[in-house]
Amino acid sequence: MTTFEAILLTIVTASTPLLIAALGELVTERSGVLNLGVEGMMAMGAACSFAAAVTFDSTLIGVMAGMMAGALMAALFALVVLGFAANQVGSGLALTIFGLGLSGLIGAPFVGARRDPVPPVDIPGLSDIPFIGRLFFEQDLFVYSSVALTILIALYLTRTRSGLTLRSIGENHTSANALGLPVLRVRFVAILFGGACAGLAGAYLALVYTRFWSPGMTAGRGWIALALVVFAAWRPGWLLIGAYIFGAATVLQLHAQAAQFGVPSQVLSAVPYLATILALLLLSLRHGRAVGAPGSLGAPFVPDR
Amino acid sequence: MFSRKLFGAFAGVALAALSASGAMAQAKDKIKVGFIYVGPVGDHGWSYQHDQGRQAIVKALGDKVETTFVESVPEADSERAIEQLARTGHDLIFTTSFGFMEPTLKVARKYPNIKFEHATGFKRAPNVSTYAAKFHEGRYIIGQIAGKMTKSGVIGYVGAFPIPEVIAGINAFYLGAQSVNPDVKIKVVWANTWYDPAKEGDAAKALLDQGVDMLAQHTDSPAPIQAAEARGKFGFGQASDMERFAPKAQLTAIIDDWSDYYIARAKAVLDGTWKSEDTWGGLAEHMVVMSPYKNMPDDVKKMAEETEAAIRSGALNPFKCPIYGQDGKEIECKGNGALSDEQVLGMNFYVKGIEDKIPQ
Repeated sequence: MTTFEAILLTIVTASTPLLIAALGELVTERSGVLNLGVEGMMAMGAACSFAAAVTFDSTLIGVMAGMMAGALMAALFALVVLGFAANQVGSGLALTIFGLGLSGLIGAPFVGARRDPVPPVDIPGLSDIPFIGRLFFEQDLFVYSSVALTILIALYLTRTRSGLTLRSIGENHTSANALGLPVLRVRFVAILFGGACAGLAGAYLALVYTRFWSPGMTAGRGWIALALVVFAAWRPGWLLIGAYIFGAATVLQLHAQAAQFGVPSQVLSAVPYLATILALLLLSLRHGRAVGAPGSLGAPFVPDR
Repeated sequence: MFSRKLFGAFAGVALAALSASGAMAQAKDKIKVGFIYVGPVGDHGWSYQHDQGRQAIVKALGDKVETTFVESVPEADSERAIEQLARTGHDLIFTTSFGFMEPTLKVARKYPNIKFEHATGFKRAPNVSTYAAKFHEGRYIIGQIAGKMTKSGVIGYVGAFPIPEVIAGINAFYLGAQSVNPDVKIKVVWANTWYDPAKEGDAAKALLDQGVDMLAQHTDSPAPIQAAEARGKFGFGQASDMERFAPKAQLTAIIDDWSDYYIARAKAVLDGTWKSEDTWGGLAEHMVVMSPYKNMPDDVKKMAEETEAAIRSGALNPFKCPIYGQDGKEIECKGNGALSDEQVLGMNFYVKGIEDKIPQ
């Protein structure tokens, strides 16, 4: 394997958890709900997936547990913001703090345990193509799923009736309600989906990326995922690009240091953030019109009494 | 009228406080000891070892002591956490990261009756002691091992932040490597975080991708050494024994052992003999401990053990003069045949042979 290939492989691993978590949040936000609890749901996903994977010695069970944990946390959030129409920003922040704390408690017995790497899945034939073969067709299942998920969500949002319903509820929940669309039901499902994705991203961190669990291991990735959704102007395609730019900049700055380019490492550490902003700004400019948030984003919806 | 009464009440309280402070030097029956950790207790590294020290106090002093800790305290926002401990009746507070220095001093000024212990800092006050361990002694040993065992001739180092403590570690590591392999090259990558397993792992992978086959780390999670294990290369555990994460890759680990010091300081507060001082212990004082040497040929192991013994006996100082800066000029030798403690604690230059630049 050449150095260049190795670098690209690392970039893919660094970008995948961001992409998965951000995709879930994107769907939630397109339905008009702002969930700032991504970091907490991700931490829970990491802790529960690792705990389950070690206990049952199965990566698959671990992944399921991670997604389930994320979805359960999201259900709690949904109960508060949909059921009681509570403030979404406050509830989301509370969810993050709660999730980080609870994950520490759940994971405590598993501190110091380790898992073997998840083997990459070869796509026979394709992985033999020189250079791009290994890069694109010899990744772990998470990577394939994240790309597939991006495409499916893009198609769902733009090409299906149900996706249209979700978007219209996000744009204006009062009108949607007047038209007889099930605002709360759709939002509930969207929040659960977001939670499951955050949980999956956490599972990826714990089971593939680091292969051990320790408290606070998400280290702010949930917040980056949230920011990516905004930068991507709520579009799945741009999200994919944004996540990979971010991942690439993170990894490349480390390589630049190792190669002794002589640029201060603090500056290099800021590059991922600058690069993401810049790239998505350019994309947004090229698109030619301002792309904004869903109209009802963050506003509580109280059905007519 | 009312305000005069109030004034009287205040004066009474102030007097009571004064007399209480006069009694502070007396022995106590029971003390409360608080700890501030920069990472989670479960980081398997730096904060984990400090918590081992806390547990050692409990074990040694039993019901004469009550301990609490606050984990994952961000350095920028540590003042609140420290003050919280000060307000809740703690007699002795350990703040265990370099970045807690200014906040510790600030809170200490407000609470002159409480004793503070700041790890790895250099600023003291009448009620603030500092303590640190000579990790660079251990790093000299692992440098020798790396220098001896490298096949590619390039060794790597994942650093957290370019602060003197880390830079001194890199220099000691490199000097150790150079002492057995004059042509050895070193690559340094700064993660700019003490604790982010994924990023630390990526930093390690970047070094391994660029031809490094020996990996030292000065960040707190086992991710870098785990990356070395996954690539079939070698590494060294940081702060605690990381063998379970990298059974084939860990050659040895530099373990911080704070237990003896923490017990002694808690006892001093109990006895009323606590004084502000600066403690800097190494292998000889058992503050720095090397985990068993493994996965290496016998001759390398023998060399490592001999070096360890020489440092412990004082026969060898990793920063023995002459030491040359990157420009080839000799560094003024302010200690006794070696760099002085101040020079090591404030180290802000790379030694000759390191081709990188310290980020400013």
